[in-house]
Amino acid sequence: MKIKKHLSSLFIGIGILILITACSAFGQTQWSEDELATLQTLWIGSLPPLPVDPSNKYADNLEAATLGQKLFFDTRFSSNGKVACATCHLPDKLFQDGMPLAHGVGTTNRRTMTIIGTAYSPWFFWDGRKDSQWAQALGPMENPVEHGGNRTQYAHLIAEFYADEYTALFGPLPDLSNLPLNAGPVADSETAANWQAMSSADRAAVTQIYVNIGKSIAAYERLLIPGESRFDKYVEAVLNKDYQSAQDILTPDEIAGLKLFIGQANCTQCHNGPLFTNNGFHNTGVPDAQNLPEDFGRAVGVQRVLADEFNCLSIYSDAQPGQCAELNFLIAEGDQLMRQYKPPSLRNVSERGPYMHAGQFATLEEVLKHYNTAPEALAGLSELEPLNLSEKEIAEIIAFVKTLVSPINTDPSWLTKPE
Amino acid sequence: MKQINLKSKFARVLLWVIILLGGLVIAFPIFKDSPPTFIGSPTLVSDPTSDDLDYSNAQLSDNGLFNVSYTASTGTIPINQIHQWILHVETANGQPVENATIAVDGDMPEHGHGLPTRPRVTRYLGEGNYLVEGIKFQMGGWWVIDFTITTNDQTDAVHFNMQLK
Repeated sequence: MKIKKHLSSLFIGIGILILITACSAFGQTQWSEDELATLQTLWIGSLPPLPVDPSNKYADNLEAATLGQKLFFDTRFSSNGKVACATCHLPDKLFQDGMPLAHGVGTTNRRTMTIIGTAYSPWFFWDGRKDSQWAQALGPMENPVEHGGNRTQYAHLIAEFYADEYTALFGPLPDLSNLPLNAGPVADSETAANWQAMSSADRAAVTQIYVNIGKSIAAYERLLIPGESRFDKYVEAVLNKDYQSAQDILTPDEIAGLKLFIGQANCTQCHNGPLFTNNGFHNTGVPDAQNLPEDFGRAVGVQRVLADEFNCLSIYSDAQPGQCAELNFLIAEGDQLMRQYKPPSLRNVSERGPYMHAGQFATLEEVLKHYNTAPEALAGLSELEPLNLSEKEIAEIIAFVKTLVSPINTDPSWLTKPE
Repeated sequence: MKQINLKSKFARVLLWVIILLGGLVIAFPIFKDSPPTFIGSPTLVSDPTSDDLDYSNAQLSDNGLFNVSYTASTGTIPINQIHQWILHVETANGQPVENATIAVDGDMPEHGHGLPTRPRVTRYLGEGNYLVEGIKFQMGGWWVIDFTITTNDQTDAVHFNMQLK
């Protein structure tokens, strides 16, 4: 029969077609609808526009950012003339210093955090003791082991070296000629005594200059946003159903790691959203660091932010009280605040060891092993549960995390010391 | 294409090997990972404890005293963004409940943690409407929000389930 002659060819054809379809299907990872939705929330394309900072009316002012960049790199703003913000927040180290503790004029008790993307966070420092970027910038400047300086010293520097830029932005400088060289509410007793001896009008005038320094630096820091990573390119391809491209972007191990990251490993409990952090406070049973005072995390940080001279409700803030929701509705008490810390963004995290608030873990392997075992917290209650991940699965998660490397999405001129 | 003589045993074996291999290669990625799913189709495995929950934003309170509904200031409920709700409270027969005292609480039953903030009713807006400020959800998933409503003579509680993404 004639049909029989062609039937064999037909079978061969179907067989080959099945093989080809199967091979291409095998190359695609199967994502459920829920997983796809999660991938989209992690994708850089889901990053909303920079939130307005109602407490800083200069936050989006480019002249303020230009001044802020100069101040960020200026080592004169320290007790020994050698420490600037950039000393610990190094632009070519992702705006941190790669060390367990920070070294200004002395040594801190906690790790330098990256600045990239932090304009999206309502809280600053590991314990959230500051509630704006400008208030945060002022913390290290009067801290005795960081910049070690004082606000009256800084006011004199502005008058001497930045008078034009300052005046153009903030109006005329007050007369500082009768003020001591060094005065401020700092640890050094002589400097503090000088501060107490000043009139309240003089103190307010100097503090206003100090505040404007912080607001300028914050305007600069807001420009530091993470760019697109390999992970983001993968998600974009998957969302566009371009599976051919997708499988060329991430390796099977990296994809397996991603599946674990959003699934069994439970990372997105804290590391969620396009910045891979929810900027909240979490206790993950991080061990003590050696030879450092007890660290209570958010339990102390929350008291400090509520009392902070420069918080959203302060007279130096440009916000209306009704715009301070984070401060007005935070959790102020409870044992759960003990040893809670703010998770940093995981973008570029593989380049930013060591890890945790005092650099307790040198490598991502140590971090993952800690999460896998889930030891009890020293104080408060750890959110961790043992994950039962195999060595291979841990390696896959780390492989995925490494795909979050990306450049800073900012004009390169912002990333170097200005002339 | 040159016809292949199916009478040849080799050809028949080759054909079956191709079909079997193809079948295996299709089957392998499908059944390798759990849950077994296909790209773009609804998930075949959903959370057993939050399945079949009523996610409506309008609920009757536990003892039937109040009909309560909410709207978020942002429209859809965002993750990691502090925002406000308007809570509307009526009696069971549709009368607005005025000047009640309302307490707010919430948690994620599967994760054993509560809200990351302390939201409060800050103002009575009239006509049974209450402004709830300071609401924030720091991750997606199944959340339960509870309101305990006290009027002059009565107290009742209402619960809302949400599946946030």
